[in-house]
Amino acid sequence: MRFWEKPFGKEKPKTICGEIHIINDRCKGCSFCIEYCPRNVLEVSKDFNKKGYHPPIVVKPDMCTFCGLCEMICPDFAIFVIEKEDE
Amino acid sequence: MFKKSRLIGEYFMQGDIACAEGALAAGCRFFGGYPITPASEIAERMAMRLPLLRGVFIQYEDEIASIAGILGASWAGAKSMTATSGPGISLMTENIGLGMMMEAPCVVVNVQRGSPSTGLPTSWGQSDMMQARWGSHGDYGSISLVPNSPQEFFDLTITAFNFSEKYRLPVFIMADALVGHMTEKVVIPPVEELEIIDRKYTNKKPEDYLPYDYGKNLIPDFAKAGDGYRYHTTGLTHDKRGYPNMTFECQNELVPRLVNKIKNHVDDISLTEEYDIEGADVIVISYGITSRTILPAITMAKKKGIKIGYLRLKTVWPFPEEKIRKLSKKVAGFVVPEMNLGQISLEVERCAHNDSIVKLVPHPGGGIHKFEDVLHAIEEVAYGK
Amino acid sequence: MANNTAQLQEKSHPMEDLLRMDRMPHIWCSGCGLGSAVTAFVEGLKKAGVSYDKTAIVSGIGCTGRVAGYLRLDSYHTTHGRAIPFATGLKLANRDLTVVVFSGDGDLFAIGGNHLIHAARRNVDINVICVNNFIYGMTGGQNAPTTPLGAYSSTAPFGNYEMPFNLVGLAAASGASYVARWTTMHARRLTDSIATAANKKGFCFIEIVSPCPTVFARKNKGGTGLDMLKEFQTRAIIDHDADPTTIPLNMDNEIVCGEFVNDDRPTFWENVQAGIKARLEKFANWEEMQSNSRKISHKKDRKYTSSRDSSIMRRNT
Ligand SMILES: Cc1ncc(C[n+]2csc(CCOP(=O)(O)OP(=O)(O)O)c2C)c(N)n1
Ligand code: SF4
Ligand code: SF4
Ligand code: SF4
Ligand SMILES: [Mg+2]
Repeated sequence: MRFWEKPFGKEKPKTICGEIHIINDRCKGCSFCIEYCPRNVLEVSKDFNKKGYHPPIVVKPDMCTFCGLCEMICPDFAIFVIEKEDE
Repeated sequence: MFKKSRLIGEYFMQGDIACAEGALAAGCRFFGGYPITPASEIAERMAMRLPLLRGVFIQYEDEIASIAGILGASWAGAKSMTATSGPGISLMTENIGLGMMMEAPCVVVNVQRGSPSTGLPTSWGQSDMMQARWGSHGDYGSISLVPNSPQEFFDLTITAFNFSEKYRLPVFIMADALVGHMTEKVVIPPVEELEIIDRKYTNKKPEDYLPYDYGKNLIPDFAKAGDGYRYHTTGLTHDKRGYPNMTFECQNELVPRLVNKIKNHVDDISLTEEYDIEGADVIVISYGITSRTILPAITMAKKKGIKIGYLRLKTVWPFPEEKIRKLSKKVAGFVVPEMNLGQISLEVERCAHNDSIVKLVPHPGGGIHKFEDVLHAIEEVAYGK
Repeated sequence: MANNTAQLQEKSHPMEDLLRMDRMPHIWCSGCGLGSAVTAFVEGLKKAGVSYDKTAIVSGIGCTGRVAGYLRLDSYHTTHGRAIPFATGLKLANRDLTVVVFSGDGDLFAIGGNHLIHAARRNVDINVICVNNFIYGMTGGQNAPTTPLGAYSSTAPFGNYEMPFNLVGLAAASGASYVARWTTMHARRLTDSIATAANKKGFCFIEIVSPCPTVFARKNKGGTGLDMLKEFQTRAIIDHDADPTTIPLNMDNEIVCGEFVNDDRPTFWENVQAGIKARLEKFANWEEMQSNSRKISHKKDRKYTSSRDSSIMRRNT
């Protein structure tokens, strides 16, 4: 899925992107967020959280478009994004 | 303004109608019910009167919905009531327990019929007395008031609302078909002469409010839906925040409190009527309509020279244990005529322990006691068999 | 990076104002759709712009029944199946409230089925959100009235013999003003639906098809919660014009989603008001009665000489 393209001949425009917050210990490792992130920002972490689940980890922070899907689909209120303006 | 919009004066009125009028006088503005003989007239009366007082009447799809509905209305701050008979109460019991656990004030009227099962729909009995005390599963304190006339049906309905508001629980009125369908003089006093108690609303701010925090009297302050308290309440064992807590400690704090909030106030709740108790050899204990049908036996016994006293329970639950215990040390025995095969007499036996004789005069309902039977029992006790 | 996320944890979750964070983590299993349904509900409420102080949530019993306990609203966790009549009482006694019932398929359609069809028939102004996981989750995977024909459950070890209910069909046929079905996958559309219902008068019904990996999937080889979501994704189609009575769910057919009914018909309370008004206009001025109910209610010294009352003794059951 592509949300925008770099307009021809222009510098990178001002883009909206998200700042991802993961509340590791609340996560139950269902991978919903990882699977449904359209930009593949997240991956399964190798670490365990307190409950023994593998929480997601942000691997491509710059790809995040603040679509909010991860936050909406997470059944454990363990991930959320807030808007961050890139230069 | 609402309080005034009701009848005042003397009426020739049916018991069920008097009950409905009593509820309105007490401030009841929500009625949810399902038709059943001999309680339907209460619903019919409410259907006619409530809309004019800007109250809500709803005929639900069954009694389970009715009790659930009045609990909901209670949380919205309304004084709410339902009225039914034995079969309906049997359906309601689970949610009566919910009302006890959530501590939602409301009034449940049982116009008793001959039981068990469908029994005698148009006839009377007093065989649901234990159900009123123990009907829902688990331990909880409960209050049951028993009227013996249309006038008292009116009065005790007001009292029932007062107790429910004050102690925050569903309160039973245990009438019977005879009282419910009897038409007698009912005097409705002006509103100023009635004592009306409203539940105690919290004066705390929402951030400080705990829905199940209690003081010395063991009764939490109330907050209604829509006032910004955003509290939680549940039928699960819960802590002071109203949150489920599945520990022994929490159970051990909550359940004894539900019992003790009533137990500690027996003196306030227990309403009795007594005649010639001092120096009596035999005391007749009765309640509800039986207290009127057996009067000839008492008069006869008196004529025969038996020192007879008479104790009528208007409040059957909580049972006036202390009172009976004390009396049992002074008298030869008790005679308990009731329209069932032995329910309240068991309570009397328990309290009398071995100090005095307790004689049940049973009746299965659908008629009235033969006064000879009662007299016979009195004599047996008085003359030591 | 790891450092970065750890530090970011300090920030609070944007739904904190509507969730009881002191009760997190919730009891639901990993991969259960219930949390997603709650998120959609919270977002839906925000979108609808209703006052949180004036919103009450009522649940029955079950995994879904626990929803009320996690929402920072006036919240009532009632008995099994009785959330709807409880909510009806709450709403009618305080008509300023937005009252939402959030409960499971077993709660609302088995033990509470009668209440649901009657509330829809009356068109009481409440919203009912039903999480359909095709099973009794909380009690360990017994047959529900939604369990597809042939599916396994702990009380259908040889496969379910009973036809399931089509929830949207039943709600629509019973007279609901608004009927929709989504899966937990349809996060945004579900959110919109919840917002629409919150601002709509009358009985609104939303079915949320949700994965229960722990009991339903395990009995039926459905895999993890993620596998179930993917399956929903392949099976789901959106068709707002579908006739809700013709779109039952079974093990592998299309999950037809959409807003199937969006009607306006008078609510219970509107009908009550209209009925009383029509009747009383014959006798007095309605406006006047509104401002002074006493005048109408009774002539002060009317006595009830009861030819009517005494006849009651002769009546039967
Ligand atoms: C009167 C009564 N009967 C049975 C139960 C046990 N019980 C608790 S939850 C439940 C089933 C809930 O199923 P559903 O509504 O589908 O909720 P889910 O757990 O699937 O979300 C049952 C039968 C109960 N609590 N009360
Ligand atoms: S906001 Fe969207 S793009 Fe960013 S991580 Fe979440 S799902 Fe991926
Ligand atoms: S969706 Fe939530 S619970 Fe599931 S892996 Fe992502 S953060 Fe964890
Ligand atoms: S049993 Fe099923 S419905 Fe219940 S919490 Fe677990 S996954 Fe969810
Ligand atoms: Mg279920």
